[in-house]
Amino acid sequence: MSNEVLIKVEHVSKKFCKDLNLGLLYGLQDLATNVFGSKSQRELRKKEFWAVDDISFEVKRGECLGLLGHNGAGKSTLLKVLTGLIAPDRGRIEMHGRVNALIELTAGFNPILTGRENIYNNGAVLGLSDKEIKSKFDEIVAFSELEEFIDTPVQYYSSGMRVRLGFSVAAHTDPDVLILDEVLAVGDAGFKAKSFNKMKEIMKSAAVVFVSHSMPQVARTCDQVLFMRHGKSYYQGSNVNEGVELYFNEFKSEQGSVELDTGAEIHNISINSETVVDENDIKTVQYGEAMSIEFDIDIKDLNVKKYYVQIQIIDKDLKMAAIHFTNLHNESFIVTEKNRIKVVFPDLQLVNGEYALSYFVTETEGESNSIKENNILAIYRNYTKFKVKGLNTPTYTSFHLKADIYQNNNLINSILK
Amino acid sequence: MKLKTVVYTSDKRTHFFKEIKAIFTDIRSSNFLAYQIAKRDIQAQYRQSVLGILWAFVTPMINAVVWIFLSASGAVAIPTDKLPYPLFVFIGTILWSVFTESLNMPLIQTQAAKGLISKINFPKEAILVAGFYKLLFNTSIKLIIVIIALFVFKVNPGINFLLGGVMIIFIMMFGVVFGMLITPIGMLYKDIGRGIPLALSFLMYTAPVVYQEIKNPMIAKIVNINPLTPLINSARNTLTGYGFEQLPYLLGILGVTLIIGLLGWIFYRVSIPIIVERM
Repeated sequence: MSNEVLIKVEHVSKKFCKDLNLGLLYGLQDLATNVFGSKSQRELRKKEFWAVDDISFEVKRGECLGLLGHNGAGKSTLLKVLTGLIAPDRGRIEMHGRVNALIELTAGFNPILTGRENIYNNGAVLGLSDKEIKSKFDEIVAFSELEEFIDTPVQYYSSGMRVRLGFSVAAHTDPDVLILDEVLAVGDAGFKAKSFNKMKEIMKSAAVVFVSHSMPQVARTCDQVLFMRHGKSYYQGSNVNEGVELYFNEFKSEQGSVELDTGAEIHNISINSETVVDENDIKTVQYGEAMSIEFDIDIKDLNVKKYYVQIQIIDKDLKMAAIHFTNLHNESFIVTEKNRIKVVFPDLQLVNGEYALSYFVTETEGESNSIKENNILAIYRNYTKFKVKGLNTPTYTSFHLKADIYQNNNLINSILK
Repeated sequence: MKLKTVVYTSDKRTHFFKEIKAIFTDIRSSNFLAYQIAKRDIQAQYRQSVLGILWAFVTPMINAVVWIFLSASGAVAIPTDKLPYPLFVFIGTILWSVFTESLNMPLIQTQAAKGLISKINFPKEAILVAGFYKLLFNTSIKLIIVIIALFVFKVNPGINFLLGGVMIIFIMMFGVVFGMLITPIGMLYKDIGRGIPLALSFLMYTAPVVYQEIKNPMIAKIVNINPLTPLINSARNTLTGYGFEQLPYLLGILGVTLIIGLLGWIFYRVSIPIIVERM
């Protein structure tokens, strides 16, 4: 059962025309050639380009392929070819079983009609029979949590409610092949989690192609990734983390910036005693070893007597991975003539990847370890970047925490050597 | 259980018999969907309107009233042999509206389903079949109005009225078939959608919709050749209890309609992916 290949894509290519009028004209030509048949005509015409270029992959039941790539890389076009909405110009696609594409959740809705009526419409559009919809109706409504408004016209729904209803119908179609285009990012936090769980449940018994820009989600759900660049396959394989890493490398990470330096300035930053020359100077640190960050602070605001520094560690997905306040468990710094600050993390538990550091210098008011951010003196956002080497995790995460391990109350492995 | 397998290739040849087979399987499998779409559209249409089904026949009625007025005022004298002129022109405009609605249906339906077609893969037959259901619905309302008119003018068509029903379905098919032929091009170029009403407003006067006899031999020839002439004449005749007109020509049109219908349907199917690519 698990060896069933449900999606088989062989050397698929699709071309597109950049020009509207020429595109329409080619449309007429294609109409003629399709009706009367033609064996040639596969080459690029004027102003055409390959939007999808020689893509091949296989997905078995229970597997999930993550489709990565920046906007315009050809992902959506590939999905349209996969669902049979448009025909490939080269290659061959084989799909087995019921195919369901969650691309546009509310496409079959009519705003005038009620939620109840629209469940029937959308269900029918997605290929459910009358009987199937009837038997699943209560389940669908319960999942959408819209019992109260089910007899209200859909045009009075908020966009979130509409998507909820659309998702609920689509999620109850029991597909063999599921094509997801960024639909998991719908609704509020509660529904997001709920729909994500539902998707995971469907994924167990279906072959899934998943398009997302959320790398944590890709890392959590996919067994293999296909990273597309300009229509071509740039990376393809089962090392999801490598694909994610490549995806991040594709983008210039956010430029470091000095957002605020009226109250204080930071100079001469060094990591592990190596001076960071500029923001393109990326130092490498080792997992499990000490990491020290050193810098000079020049307090310009003469009224400031005490201050503390906040250091943020940002990962490539621009999520804040960790934070440190220098005064939370210690005293604040008292302003002196020379302020060379050194922060040492003795045992770095960040995993491989690139990170950025942001620095906030803030005046301490009242208690020495209070972290009220009333008077921020300096903000240096994403100012220094560093790379961690030494621990690769198969899944996407920022930390691997060290731990003492016990079996039957016997300490097997201690981190405290 | 054996899973259904679909294969998409770059093979661009159209296999005539394969397509015809696919048309019929798709019509069968999408019947519920077609019914659902038709129901949705009809419900939505009347829920947002006070006059409701009145809209189904208000246009032909106004059209008829204009001609009845012109005739009654003596501005134009239009002779009719069998029927009183108001009834003649009323049935004529109703039949004409059935034809124009049928002709417009495929393009309008496909354009309305644009959002759906470009996002979800479902049997496109459902769009046309749903459109045909809607046509049937609107036409039945028009037929009821015709029955009322027959009562008012004390015309008893007898059993021939049923033949009239068959003729109306024939007119619908004729319209839909030609509508289907122009839809793929109309989906690419907006000119088609704009041009249809213009062409139709002229075409109406080359068919016996509002008048019966033509004195100018040139125009009479055009009217006689127009395939809509036997269609409308025969439909009106049978609805009012008389017989068919130009029967051999009528049968010829039926044959051509069926053949063009099949070809048009294949053309329509083949064209959808090309249209989706461009929207």
